Amino acid sequence: MSEALFSAPPLAQVEIQERTGESCIANNGFCPDWIVDNFDRYVGPFFEHIYLTVVSVGIGFAIAFALALAAHRVRWTFGPISGVTQVLYTVPSLAAFFLLQPITGRGNLTAIVALVAYTLFIFFANISAGLQNVPGDVKDAGQGMGLTDRQLLWKVELPLALPEILAGLRIATTTTIGLATLAFFAGGDGLGRVLAEQPFFKSNVVIAGGLTVLLAAAFDLLILGVQRLAMPWRRAAIA
Amino acid sequence: MNSALDHGQARNQAAADLEFREVTKRYPGQQDAAIERLSLTVNAGEICVLVGPSGCGKTTAMRLVNRMIEPTDGDILIDGASVKGRTRADLRRHIGYAIQQIGLFPHLTVGDNIATVPSLLGWDKQRIASRVEELLELVSLDPQDTRDRYPAQLSGGQRQRVGVARALAADPPLLLMDEPFGAIDPINRERLQNEFLRLQGQIRKTIVFVTHDIDEAIKVGDRIAVLKKGGKLAQYATPAELLTFPADKFVEDFVGADRALKRLALQRVRDIDLWKAPEVRVGEASSDVRRKLADADLQIPLLVDDRRRPLGWLSERALAGERVERDLRSTAEPVVELDDILRDALADLLSHATQYAPVTDEKGAVAGILSLEVIGRFLHEPPTDSPTGADLLDDDPRSRADLGE
Repeated sequence: MSEALFSAPPLAQVEIQERTGESCIANNGFCPDWIVDNFDRYVGPFFEHIYLTVVSVGIGFAIAFALALAAHRVRWTFGPISGVTQVLYTVPSLAAFFLLQPITGRGNLTAIVALVAYTLFIFFANISAGLQNVPGDVKDAGQGMGLTDRQLLWKVELPLALPEILAGLRIATTTTIGLATLAFFAGGDGLGRVLAEQPFFKSNVVIAGGLTVLLAAAFDLLILGVQRLAMPWRRAAIA
Repeated sequence: MNSALDHGQARNQAAADLEFREVTKRYPGQQDAAIERLSLTVNAGEICVLVGPSGCGKTTAMRLVNRMIEPTDGDILIDGASVKGRTRADLRRHIGYAIQQIGLFPHLTVGDNIATVPSLLGWDKQRIASRVEELLELVSLDPQDTRDRYPAQLSGGQRQRVGVARALAADPPLLLMDEPFGAIDPINRERLQNEFLRLQGQIRKTIVFVTHDIDEAIKVGDRIAVLKKGGKLAQYATPAELLTFPADKFVEDFVGADRALKRLALQRVRDIDLWKAPEVRVGEASSDVRRKLADADLQIPLLVDDRRRPLGWLSERALAGERVERDLRSTAEPVVELDDILRDALADLLSHATQYAPVTDEKGAVAGILSLEVIGRFLHEPPTDSPTGADLLDDDPRSRADLGE
């Protein structure tokens, strides 16, 4: 059955097959030699994947941040904004990648638009929760001392909302890295494309998938590190 | 005292006069006003306590001053100028603000918390740093140890002090305090109240102090405004007046059935008219003593030594001979001092099951006799002056040292 699936292997694979003998690849095993020889193939998509993730998360954060501030200032807008972002969040990702194509065409743009739409709800919900969780007495004291609304927001409310905001960033980043593997359906780049080229070749799946997981873990650790650095008072409280 | 503090005092801004003029606050959709035509004046440097049951509008009244709440009608004047004449932010930066939950910024160090208003006012770094140090010392915290800590690392009492230091940071002429000791346990509250009064002895700010605790009000207030539901001013008076002449049934109930005892807690033994002591020395002529006793308030001779220190009450037999003999019916226990709080002195009398006791001055010499009758008479007299908890603390040697006297 596996032989039938590999009836038309790409050129690179043929070359390796010749050098390492057919046993590993023919058996669809996990072939370290093949991986070493073909690692170049993953470098480009790996960085494309990072690009997709960073751009989508960045734009998503910027939009959701503005929306959350608007909802914070004008309370009644919270419901509608929350509703719309939630609906976007529930659209099946695959469907979104196809549905957008008539409008944005095939390519990274479509992928990014869909990925951004996904992050909106996560960011909006978390930033809003963070702002809402700022203790009332702290805000009262800030106002009572003469901080303007803007000063209160930037000097008190947002710093105190940071734990929730960064938690949202972690979820959104991890989710986006995962969803970005589907970007190829919209004609986008990334590790998903390599994955899709040989979806049943174990070595390929392990490396492309593994890199995705690695990327997610790396971003998660990075944000965790930022969280530590940005919130010394939290460490102080535990100590 | 340290130079930082002297420096701070030299720079102290004058306290401000505060006036509520026919202030009304009505919330839309509510039938009763939260505050109704409230008029009262707080003199510069005085502590005005707003007290009353919950829902009486005392916190609302306080928050009207820095426009955390805007009045529906009337006006509030600080040094004669309407609070409406300034932007909210500007007004608030010049009024100290301390609340029960303290509201320290958890993400800022103690130093940065205190620096909040000075930074807003654009002070330079050097000036802010020295002010922070000065304030931490003022509230009895070690600057080196405390400055770089986060609020979560402090005890409740320490946080409260930082809250007060932060409210005082830009040296405002007016301070608003909403139940500042409300969340502190009773033992520490007592200590913080005393510290607060000592502090006020140094800084002499105008303070609006909100509490629901009448005992606290009596202790810290120069004047007390008792509010009842609907924000109506029931009485505005000194603690002693309030306790002696409650304006109506509401105030009477609110100050409590033990208001007489509370009044005693406001007074020292030296504040009331004592009986003259029939002092007698061993060897004095008995006939002289009898003559002395005829004029005395108390018919029992008090034996004193050469330095007029009380030795005990003489028996009848002591006067039997020509000269007074040392024949005591009882020792002079208890002896109360002029500086004792009247309530404590009364407790002393009661616990010794006696009606009277000699009073001594700083040197231990007899200054008079305190009796239940004297205390009873005092309670029926109108208050002559208006002592407060703060006055009672003035004799504390520590506060004298702090004042550099």
